[in-house]
Amino acid sequence: MTQRTRNWLLLAPAGTWFLVMLIIPLSVVLIFSFGERAPAGGVVPAFTFEQYANLPARWTAFKNTMTLAPIGTLSALLIAYPLAYFLAVKVDPKWRTILLVLVIVPFWTSILIRSYAWIFLLGGRGIPALLEWFGIEGVRLINTPFAVLIGIIYGYLPLMVFPIYVSLDKLDKRLLEASSDLGAKPWRTFLQITLPLSIPGIATGCMLVFILLMGEYLIPAMLGGGKVFFVGNALVDLFLQSRNWAYGSAVAVTLVVVMLITVTIYMRLINRLGANRDDVSIM
Amino acid sequence: MRLYAVCVYLFLYIPIGVIALFSFNAGRHASQLQGFSTKWYGKVLSNPFVMDALETSLMVAFTSALLASVFGTMAAVALQGIKGPLRTAFDLLIYVAVMIPGIVIGIATLIGLVTVFDQLNPLMAAIWPDGFVAPKLHMGMGSLIGAHTMFLMALVVIIVRARLAGMDRALTEASSDLYATPMGTFWQVTLPLIFPAILAGFLLSFTFSFDDFIIAFFVAGSETTLPIYVFASIRRGVTPEINAIGTMVLVVSLMALITAQLLLQRGGKKAK
Repeated sequence: MTQRTRNWLLLAPAGTWFLVMLIIPLSVVLIFSFGERAPAGGVVPAFTFEQYANLPARWTAFKNTMTLAPIGTLSALLIAYPLAYFLAVKVDPKWRTILLVLVIVPFWTSILIRSYAWIFLLGGRGIPALLEWFGIEGVRLINTPFAVLIGIIYGYLPLMVFPIYVSLDKLDKRLLEASSDLGAKPWRTFLQITLPLSIPGIATGCMLVFILLMGEYLIPAMLGGGKVFFVGNALVDLFLQSRNWAYGSAVAVTLVVVMLITVTIYMRLINRLGANRDDVSIM
Repeated sequence: MRLYAVCVYLFLYIPIGVIALFSFNAGRHASQLQGFSTKWYGKVLSNPFVMDALETSLMVAFTSALLASVFGTMAAVALQGIKGPLRTAFDLLIYVAVMIPGIVIGIATLIGLVTVFDQLNPLMAAIWPDGFVAPKLHMGMGSLIGAHTMFLMALVVIIVRARLAGMDRALTEASSDLYATPMGTFWQVTLPLIFPAILAGFLLSFTFSFDDFIIAFFVAGSETTLPIYVFASIRRGVTPEINAIGTMVLVVSLMALITAQLLLQRGGKKAK
């Protein structure tokens, strides 16, 4: 058996699986998005842009996603950065591994259960009851954009900490010493050395979180109570309730396209920043 | 700085802790603790719906993780040795599988498979011998395993490939210098070195599949997985039973994850 044949055989199962379970289904979505709705709930093959023309009907879902996803990403970044800095620079190395594992582990556990925990905490008998006890009454937390934001930060914080930690960990600590030896104040060292050198980690973290947030369904469904609506919620509604496959496909395709465009623009920006970063590191 | 870190850890773990605490609450109400009791666990474990859902989830998670580990590892090993368009195509497939939101994967699998089944079912009924009932393809266990395996294969390829890339080339070269066949080198040198990564990939895949809600929500058909059951019960209201299920689910995933982490770290040291 030649090496070539062997490689083909090794790749065959995975390749077939990807074809049947990824390529064909995604193609069907694309094709259906140009189709017409059948009375029974299926799709009549056609080539029309009708579904796409109808997109403004779900404008609120897109608007909410495109506001809360960046806000959520940014909030997660602001909370994650100091922690990543602490883990990479400040903490005693013998505690580092265990503390890192403790950050990452929640990300891999059920997001459903973790969001549920917040229904419990933010709901009437949770934090609002606690506040009432202190004399602050009438606070409503659950089913608000704030609750969704908390859920987002809670769900995606670990994913943000890790890449930033990696880039800060790689940072040559002698640069920091050199900077302070040369009389720079800690803030200046941070702004001119640490922050620019950790941009790759920030970029990766933000991109991962943002991508996942764009397709989020569970957090708004559970903590937004139908009032805070993401594209994901619109999709569940279109496919599982109203069974409008053609229109739903158009919404799904649009979501992926918007995501790809945002990520591309974002990568361009980061690469430009990255070019500046090299200047800094040469300095 | 340290205080800040403590606060973030509290933020991460208090909600989980509260769930666990209230799962042992003797009282019916979520508002106050009324003594210690394991009765909710007993209730959950004797609830046939929960047990059915658990069985489905375990079955799907185990099968998908196993298939993904085997096929993913095979692909990762092959991709190590090739360049050119085939390599590019596979890299693209893995990128797409990971990048596309889970909800879109779920939708695509649902309408893709239903469309294909609608074409195949009449065809099969037509060619089936008379007197026998032709099998009907439908969404269920098969589509759940199919969709999960697809996504998890991409995950396993990424994990195993990282280990292969970090492996000392001299080891496989030494092996072939000593006249080992490529197969011999694979079984005796490569596989033992990447095995911890494969096992870690299996455990992460298992956890992912076991916890997945969004893909299963679309492709489960008439089956109910544990996350789907929990989601439906939460819709009906917060109960101590959900706290107990949640705590058990978290404990199962935590054990799998810690094992995976240890394997990845230990294996990483050995391969260098």
